[in-house]
Amino acid sequence: MPLLHRIVRKDHAAIAFTLDGRACEGRAGDTLLTAILSHAGAVRLSEFSGQPRAGFCQMGACQDCWVTLAGGERLRACTTPLAAGMSVVTGSGIAS
Amino acid sequence: MTGRAQPLIVGAGPAGIRAAQALVAVGLRPLVVDEAPACGGQIYRQRPVPDGRSAKSLYGSEAGKAQALHGAFHALAGHIDYWPQALLWNLRDGDADIAVAGENRRVAYDGLILATGATDRILPVPGWTLPGVFTLGGSQVALKAQGCAIGSRVVFAGTGPLLYLVAWQYMKAGVEVAAVLDAAPFSAKFAMLRGLPLFPAIVLRGMRFVAELKLRGVALHSGVGGVRIEGTREVSGVAWRSGGREHRIACDGVGYGLTLRSETQASDLAGCTFRFDERDRAWLPQRDAAGRSSVAGVYLAGDGAGIAGADAAERAGERAALALCEDRGLPVSPERAARLERELARIDRFRDVLEAAFPFPAHWAGGIADDTLLCRCEEISAGEAREAMGRYGIVELNRLKAVSRVGMGRCQGRICGGAAAELLAAETGQGIGSVGRLRSQAPLKPVPLVLQPAVRDRETAA
Amino acid sequence: MSQRLDVDVAIIGGGLVGSSAALALRGMGLSVALLDKGFCGAQASGVNYGGVRRQGRPRKQLPLSQRAHAVWPRLAALIGIDGEFIRSGHLKLARGEAEMAALEAYAADVADLDLGLELIGHNDLRERFPWIEGDITGASLCAGDGHANPRLVSAGFASAARRAGAHVLENTAVTGATRNGTGFAIEAGEGTAIRAAALVNSAGAWAGPFAESFGEPVPVSRIYPSMVVTEPLAPIMTVNTGMEGRGIYARQVERGNCVVGGERGLPLPDADFSRPTGDGALAIMNRAAGLFPAMRHAQAIRFWTGTEAAMPDGNPVIGPSGTTPGLFHAFGFTGAGFQIAPGVGEVLAELVRDGATPTPIEALSIARFAKPSSTSDRTADGSGAARPSEPQHRGNLS
Repeated sequence: MPLLHRIVRKDHAAIAFTLDGRACEGRAGDTLLTAILSHAGAVRLSEFSGQPRAGFCQMGACQDCWVTLAGGERLRACTTPLAAGMSVVTGSGIAS
Repeated sequence: MTGRAQPLIVGAGPAGIRAAQALVAVGLRPLVVDEAPACGGQIYRQRPVPDGRSAKSLYGSEAGKAQALHGAFHALAGHIDYWPQALLWNLRDGDADIAVAGENRRVAYDGLILATGATDRILPVPGWTLPGVFTLGGSQVALKAQGCAIGSRVVFAGTGPLLYLVAWQYMKAGVEVAAVLDAAPFSAKFAMLRGLPLFPAIVLRGMRFVAELKLRGVALHSGVGGVRIEGTREVSGVAWRSGGREHRIACDGVGYGLTLRSETQASDLAGCTFRFDERDRAWLPQRDAAGRSSVAGVYLAGDGAGIAGADAAERAGERAALALCEDRGLPVSPERAARLERELARIDRFRDVLEAAFPFPAHWAGGIADDTLLCRCEEISAGEAREAMGRYGIVELNRLKAVSRVGMGRCQGRICGGAAAELLAAETGQGIGSVGRLRSQAPLKPVPLVLQPAVRDRETAA
Repeated sequence: MSQRLDVDVAIIGGGLVGSSAALALRGMGLSVALLDKGFCGAQASGVNYGGVRRQGRPRKQLPLSQRAHAVWPRLAALIGIDGEFIRSGHLKLARGEAEMAALEAYAADVADLDLGLELIGHNDLRERFPWIEGDITGASLCAGDGHANPRLVSAGFASAARRAGAHVLENTAVTGATRNGTGFAIEAGEGTAIRAAALVNSAGAWAGPFAESFGEPVPVSRIYPSMVVTEPLAPIMTVNTGMEGRGIYARQVERGNCVVGGERGLPLPDADFSRPTGDGALAIMNRAAGLFPAMRHAQAIRFWTGTEAAMPDGNPVIGPSGTTPGLFHAFGFTGAGFQIAPGVGEVLAELVRDGATPTPIEALSIARFAKPSSTSDRTADGSGAARPSEPQHRGNLS
């Protein structure tokens, strides 16, 4: 279930990325957090409890939305613009 | 510049912008570093791309101020150095370490203006880490900068002016607002009448938000307690207690916050002396009316040195820049400086009104359930923190961090530090001002392990 | 707040040495006052790297180190927590033949002391520790060594001592300590007066003035070992790792964070506190990413330093005072005190009770810094005339 609901920019240029291997589309102007949460209900699982997390402050303070790309890069999703071809790996199936 | 290093301004919100403008006006060329991709700070944050919404629809009654600030900053192009998406992560002996695009730039500054802003203040409630729960500020960023709602049916809870503003903005954007839950008792709002002579427009605007929310049938509850966010993997509803009764309402998104807290880590690394502020219930860097800190050449402006809001930040930013100029012997209008200080004092009096109208519910802290997470980074529950306090006889906040990991995670206590202090105060029967403050350490935020020193080490720009 | 205490033993300094001594003394039935100018375990004992390592220590420390080695697995019974102690093994890497030869020489030198060192060649290292990259020639593994959480262990000993009945007086700085009749008179904090039959100086980086006040000036300097911690990572490191040639040491805790050290911080204007330097942190971070490729994408989330006492020869001062009966010193661990401290506590307790200990510590006596009075020459630098700016010592910090 997507967590975020788009109100505007619905027809902006599509940007392709993948979420746990699934082909997804964000929109021009999306942060990585917006792009993921437009398709999924969380961005990661807690390292300690395995509970899902989806960010909290959306302004780079709480550090709750760090995600991993297929190449191992670590990104704070709320402050990272979505770029074409990003391959986000949660390893948890939270995108389904 | 006569060979002196540049002044460094940290933050490009209202305070940082006005500070830069004032420095440029006397012929200085500051370096402005900001974490965001565009200027404006959180309150006047800009969309990454146009999305068909007008400034009026984005910033409401503050659209004029937002546009004026953005315009002022753009007009500084060529007269300042500006590093967006740049993280100040260390300060030491007049040098700043700034991470930009995977490299580290070492900047020797001459004069430092810290305009680091604020984020939401939080006390943990059950379910606060569930996906779909965002801070009030975060809820606003989603809407304003990303054009997204945090749910299809949203509850806003907490207290503070932002509570009603964000609820109203969501309602205006066509999102169903299921309820607004204010921790402050209804009677507290009468304090706003005292604010009428000071800033009538602000008081009336707040009253309009409330009236319009009511008119659209949004349930407004005051004096709420026992807030619980329900759900297992996502938000399914919010339960609370008010008027002697238990309530529950279904929703799929929650905006939550208990007014704001200052981002003081950089001023701590800069060596500023801190004092406990009763109104903010927080340790804040000392500053004089002009914004001078206890450290020569370090100036403080805006919410990062004490919560006062965007209008104050603009004035404090300019005043701090004038102080820097005064201290360098550069010409400054004493009338302008005095006027800014008068306006800041007036806003400060209004802050007392707001605090009375939206009191922080400190009494919630003692009641945080043992199984509620206190530190969301390290996932330390309130019960584990209490156990650590008892086992080790903890009476001080840094010691609590050392033995329990509370505040030790990625956010370095930004989110949980205030709540941990409130909990420690409640558990040990001390005043909140007696439990100490978390000492800041670099890096101020996470930095990549592979952070190569910049090839081009900065020279004095002028 | 004025108070008077009459105890068998007063201990100045509530670090791991003082706290473990307090606990051991209570176990012998002696009454104890444990004094700290701040909070117990808040300085070097609580903010060191956390290495629990015998390997690499000078031979003269090893009997004590072996004694402490027996304490670590018993922490849960002793202080109520295991301190996150993991007997992971300690792997010391050699870069180049000279460093490998040094590891071999060390192993031969301490062969009679039962450390269980295993020398590992290049290919074997690659196979068994594939997460280590770089031009590593070989290594020496001490399987019985490991690591633990200094924040918990130091606080754990202090709170165990308190539960065992020690008077633990925090935020109570000792302002005066004098020999008085058959014992000591100690003034501390605001109006605390203590009479004690015996006195232990375990004040770490603050120990020098106390020793000097009893006529035993010692060349104590301060060092500020500096650490970098990553966000929690999937399991990478299977052992606590160091370098024969120094420059980096690293361990991974059970929760996933990697702790990496190898540089020094600098004191703040209040020299009791310190911070890492930007350059030092960047150097450690880049070295770690080079040596441990699995960390390459990690974020560093936290740095720390602590204020630590260092001696010019790298060995601590442990044992009875040379001038004052009833006074015992234990300080100057030079960045390697964590593992050995619980053993030092036991030895101090024996010294206080019996006047002797079965553990050989003569080589660590403060007497080695005493100047023969006949050759004493007056220099502007006084007792610190021969003090090098940076203490020399062998091996890793902690």
